[in-house]
Amino acid sequence: MCTKGIHVVFFVSSCFRGPVMIMEPLLTKYVREPNCFTLDFYLKHEGYEGLKKALALTPDQVVEMVKASGLRGRGGAGFPTGMKWQFVDKRSPNPRYIACNADESEPGTFKDHLLMERNPHLLIEGCAIACHAIGARVAYVYIRGEFFHVQRVLERAIDEAYRAGFLGRNVFGSGFDCDVYIHRGAGAYEAGEETALLESLEGKRAQPRNKPPFPAVIGLYNCPTAVNNVETLANVPLILRNGAEWFAALGPEKNGGPKLFCISGHVKRPGVYEASMTMTLRELIEGCAGGVREGRTLKAVIPGGSSVPMLMPDQLDAQASFDGVQKAGSLLGSAGLIVLDDTACMVWLAENLLHFYRHESCGKCTPCREGTDWLHKILRRIERGEGHMRDLDLLSSISGSIGGKTLCAFGDAAITPVLTTLKHFRHEYEAHIREGRCTLPASWRARHAAGAR
Amino acid sequence: MSFHPKMAYDASFHKSGRTLTEAGEPFAYTPENTARFESIVVRYPADRRRSAVLPALYLVQYQQGHVTANAMRYVADLLGITAADVEDVVSYYTMFHTKPVGTFVINVCRTLPCALNGAERVTEEICGKLGIKPGETDPSGTFTVVEVECLGACDRAPVVMVNDAWHECLSPEDASKLLDDLRARGEAALSGCHHVVESRRL
Repeated sequence: MCTKGIHVVFFVSSCFRGPVMIMEPLLTKYVREPNCFTLDFYLKHEGYEGLKKALALTPDQVVEMVKASGLRGRGGAGFPTGMKWQFVDKRSPNPRYIACNADESEPGTFKDHLLMERNPHLLIEGCAIACHAIGARVAYVYIRGEFFHVQRVLERAIDEAYRAGFLGRNVFGSGFDCDVYIHRGAGAYEAGEETALLESLEGKRAQPRNKPPFPAVIGLYNCPTAVNNVETLANVPLILRNGAEWFAALGPEKNGGPKLFCISGHVKRPGVYEASMTMTLRELIEGCAGGVREGRTLKAVIPGGSSVPMLMPDQLDAQASFDGVQKAGSLLGSAGLIVLDDTACMVWLAENLLHFYRHESCGKCTPCREGTDWLHKILRRIERGEGHMRDLDLLSSISGSIGGKTLCAFGDAAITPVLTTLKHFRHEYEAHIREGRCTLPASWRARHAAGAR
Repeated sequence: MSFHPKMAYDASFHKSGRTLTEAGEPFAYTPENTARFESIVVRYPADRRRSAVLPALYLVQYQQGHVTANAMRYVADLLGITAADVEDVVSYYTMFHTKPVGTFVINVCRTLPCALNGAERVTEEICGKLGIKPGETDPSGTFTVVEVECLGACDRAPVVMVNDAWHECLSPEDASKLLDDLRARGEAALSGCHHVVESRRL
């Protein structure tokens, strides 16, 4: 069909510039092989070795190992996974749970989609090891409702694992029982927030809870729960198989292990790329994804899914690690790089993203529920050419009333597209208001004609 | 009366625009769906049957196409919660339909990465060809077009989800052809997810 459809898993053989650690893909090594999602294939490639090793260790040893590996949560916050597991209340008389967050809905992120579809057993093994580590019996995989094709792959893989004795009663004769269940969501971005995910698992609206208490103390069904992203859990078997030092050495300090980067937008080869976090953003965009389309120049990059501040072309030499991107003034988030070339109108972009946030706001906190609607209304007005100069201050003022005033990070995420475009591209807003229309050439905007609404 | 110079905050302003869900025919699961429901509900602790509300509602939707008030009451009775609890959930999640929909529900992703690649034009083409607006069903009852937020396949944008199946890399030029194809061949017309397609190519 089109070349865009082919996702490229790469070896960093022809790096763009500078010395780059040459790394073999670990999570996505076999994703292009036929039958890579079957148990037979997985067993031929060290499958369930990590679980076997984990069961020979005590839960505390597993937690220590994950702590030593420097694995950080891949869902967006980058919180150390070992710490999260350690915080799980071991003295509670209640059962403990693992909730796997497979509600991948952040715009620009599609790594878990690939992992679950092409390497489902890796996730199942990770779930089982996590259960052992925190003393849980049950792991729920909360998968977004739109990923039905992925769910079927995962269901088949779970059936295979049960039949082979990797899940169920008395795994490997160790006395360890483990069940992994899939729970299908039904289209709510907010379910990706950990406490909202638990609410949704309990059969309610996906709305966040007040924190503290954190899920590690009072989580699913008021029991201690660890909520982990798919990619995080998929990294755990690698740590058990090869050791914590090996894993930590794959990346820069405190950013160990391989990382999946999702590159989308105006690049020649969008796709999922597995790399060490020693790479720079520029190497990822220009080396791996082929840079922006022919004859275009790079305008800006959103490095971590739509909820993080933009980086300008001159800031892209930052290391693509949690700490490196933060130092550059943004966040790695879910590592969904949305690349924008000079044809992208920033007012249109902010309007598009605020439509998303307005639609997905769960409605629990007033500043976010009402504020996102107002932000979107004002942006649409400017985009239509009916804005006033005072609207720009109004946008900042409303954003200030949302940020930090909501239960979850959604409020801060929702105002980011507005604030970051205002900061870097205020002149585009002003031009819209002055001219009463978008000032980009009409042909550039042809693909965005919004006549349907 | 209104205290705002430009907006009329009169009684009509505060009236909810939401229409009540139709009661529909009396509802009960088919024996197969009852068996499916029973196999799902045991995944949750015995005193937490409410957790199965989403899967229970999916079964309703697969059985009769949309979720009626009677079906909500039925699910509520099965789970031991109130009908209001169920409606609370149904009205929150976007994947449940409370009104009849067409045979093919076309969900066009409209969020940034898809929009950068022409998703708005795709919606325009599809709606133009069917003569409807997003959110509506065409007169023949075959297609319902919905604009949805990020579907999570941004590298293969623009993405369209038709019922539960996917179609990726849909250019605006091919959008109206896809409709004809769907009419003729059903879901076989869809590209599916490219991860799977690629492995077939190899």
